Amino acid sequence: MRLLRHQFRTEQLVFWRSREAAFFIFIFPLLLFLLLGAVYHGRFQGEPIKWAVVAGLVSYGCANTAFAGLAIQLVIRREAGILKRIRSTPLPSTIYVAALLLSTLVVFALQTIALFLLGRALYGTPIPREFGSLAVTLVIGAVVFAALGTATASIIHSAEGSSAVVNFILLPMAFLSGAFGPTTGYPAVLRAIGAVLPLTYFVKLVDAVYLHGQGFWTQPGAIAVLAAWGVAGGVFTALRFQWEPRGR
Amino acid sequence: MPAIEVSGLRKAYGNLEAVRGVDFTIETGEVFGLLGPNGAGKTTTVEILEGYRKRDGGEVRVLGHDPERPGADFRERIGVVLQSSELWPNLTVRETHRVFAGYYAQPRDVDEVIALVGLDEKANARVKTLSGGQKRRLDLGVALVGDPELIFLDEPTTGFDPAARRAAWEMIRSLRSLGKTVLLTTHYLDEAEQLADRVAVLRDGVIVRIGTPRELTTADLEVEIRYRSGGEDVVVRTTEPTRVLNELTGDALGRGEELDSLEVRRPTLEQVYLDLLDEEKTQEEETL
Repeated sequence: MRLLRHQFRTEQLVFWRSREAAFFIFIFPLLLFLLLGAVYHGRFQGEPIKWAVVAGLVSYGCANTAFAGLAIQLVIRREAGILKRIRSTPLPSTIYVAALLLSTLVVFALQTIALFLLGRALYGTPIPREFGSLAVTLVIGAVVFAALGTATASIIHSAEGSSAVVNFILLPMAFLSGAFGPTTGYPAVLRAIGAVLPLTYFVKLVDAVYLHGQGFWTQPGAIAVLAAWGVAGGVFTALRFQWEPRGR
Repeated sequence: MPAIEVSGLRKAYGNLEAVRGVDFTIETGEVFGLLGPNGAGKTTTVEILEGYRKRDGGEVRVLGHDPERPGADFRERIGVVLQSSELWPNLTVRETHRVFAGYYAQPRDVDEVIALVGLDEKANARVKTLSGGQKRRLDLGVALVGDPELIFLDEPTTGFDPAARRAAWEMIRSLRSLGKTVLLTTHYLDEAEQLADRVAVLRDGVIVRIGTPRELTTADLEVEIRYRSGGEDVVVRTTEPTRVLNELTGDALGRGEELDSLEVRRPTLEQVYLDLLDEEKTQEEETL
């Protein structure tokens, strides 16, 4: 427990001390929200579309923090030899992973709170009603995308290329899944691709909980798809993740 | 009990046999040098002892543990300086030491360690602002902060300028006075000669010579006699320098000639080392 607390503090210190990470992971989704909030007008699924923009950016923030941010950070640390170095200390790898997940979750939670406050201040979007369901939803999303992030870190070989590869996956996924706005007008092919992406189902889940004020349990299908992606990412990570530099 | 016991150690990567039957023992409190050119198997050997790699054969005991299945206290008792590793660029020197101190049950005082590695003036500086030599000292500091009994130093001074190397040597000597056991790898001969109580010369995964630096330079070695004659450099190698020198100078005196630039040289560890590597190569070529 002492080690978990120590490593959690270390992760937080390392995260906020790095301007690039703090900007790209924490601030960037907030900036996108300002941009998209300014261009969308009207209603979506019977609710004001600005609400849907908040829900979409919460979803994008989850993928950006837990998937992209985690993958890039892990690759950089692995290639710098930091992971290898820590392996020779008494810190168990389970505690290391747990602290990293916890730290990612805290960053994502703070970002979500910032989004809600920003939405309320600028567009009068509501503060969520279903707090319990929202918390469960955010944890599900963070864990699933973290599993996919570690899996992606396992296949990237160089620190220089990590950001490009990860964004090459993340940005199209965000468009196709509806995180940046409704996909109803997209061509059928793109919607078909979107239908298998994990972020699509997370957007659906967040829409249900935030936009429509439903409990998370009303979306068993979305949760099942997310769980399948999460398990796949976890298994792939367990089989392929390495602690030592490999881009040499 | 010896700090490290290695016998018949073998390790291959695919078809490449990196370590081909290595034996040595390191006593507690000893500074032991593994010396060899790049690719000799030094890092592979050390990383097996640190628990990073699995061996293919042989027996290994490190502080009484098998590093492949170490007990709970194994990592509490070792300190590791890897050949190339970086730390978080945006943390300060003190913060980095604190992070590592937190991993150990009984760490040393952080500021004491920072002073020991000579970074007290840089304690509040970000890691990314340190010079190469200072980063290496940081590596050593975080390896010492857990108060280990046994310290692995993989090429601790590679890429240093001469002044930084001297400073690093002083630090490594101070480890001995703290009673630590040190396993050091290096491809610098003078480093092994200066620091190590005993040296093992590794070549192509085999130990070709082992002993104190003095033993390595005195055993059945040829002395070199050099002079210039008729504009040509002449080199005579002999195990009987007194007799050969007497004949040479006697002849020269008889001819009324001066032997230009006459010198008698004992072989340095460097010469011994290069000879050892050559010898091995020649033997191998003969057996082929």
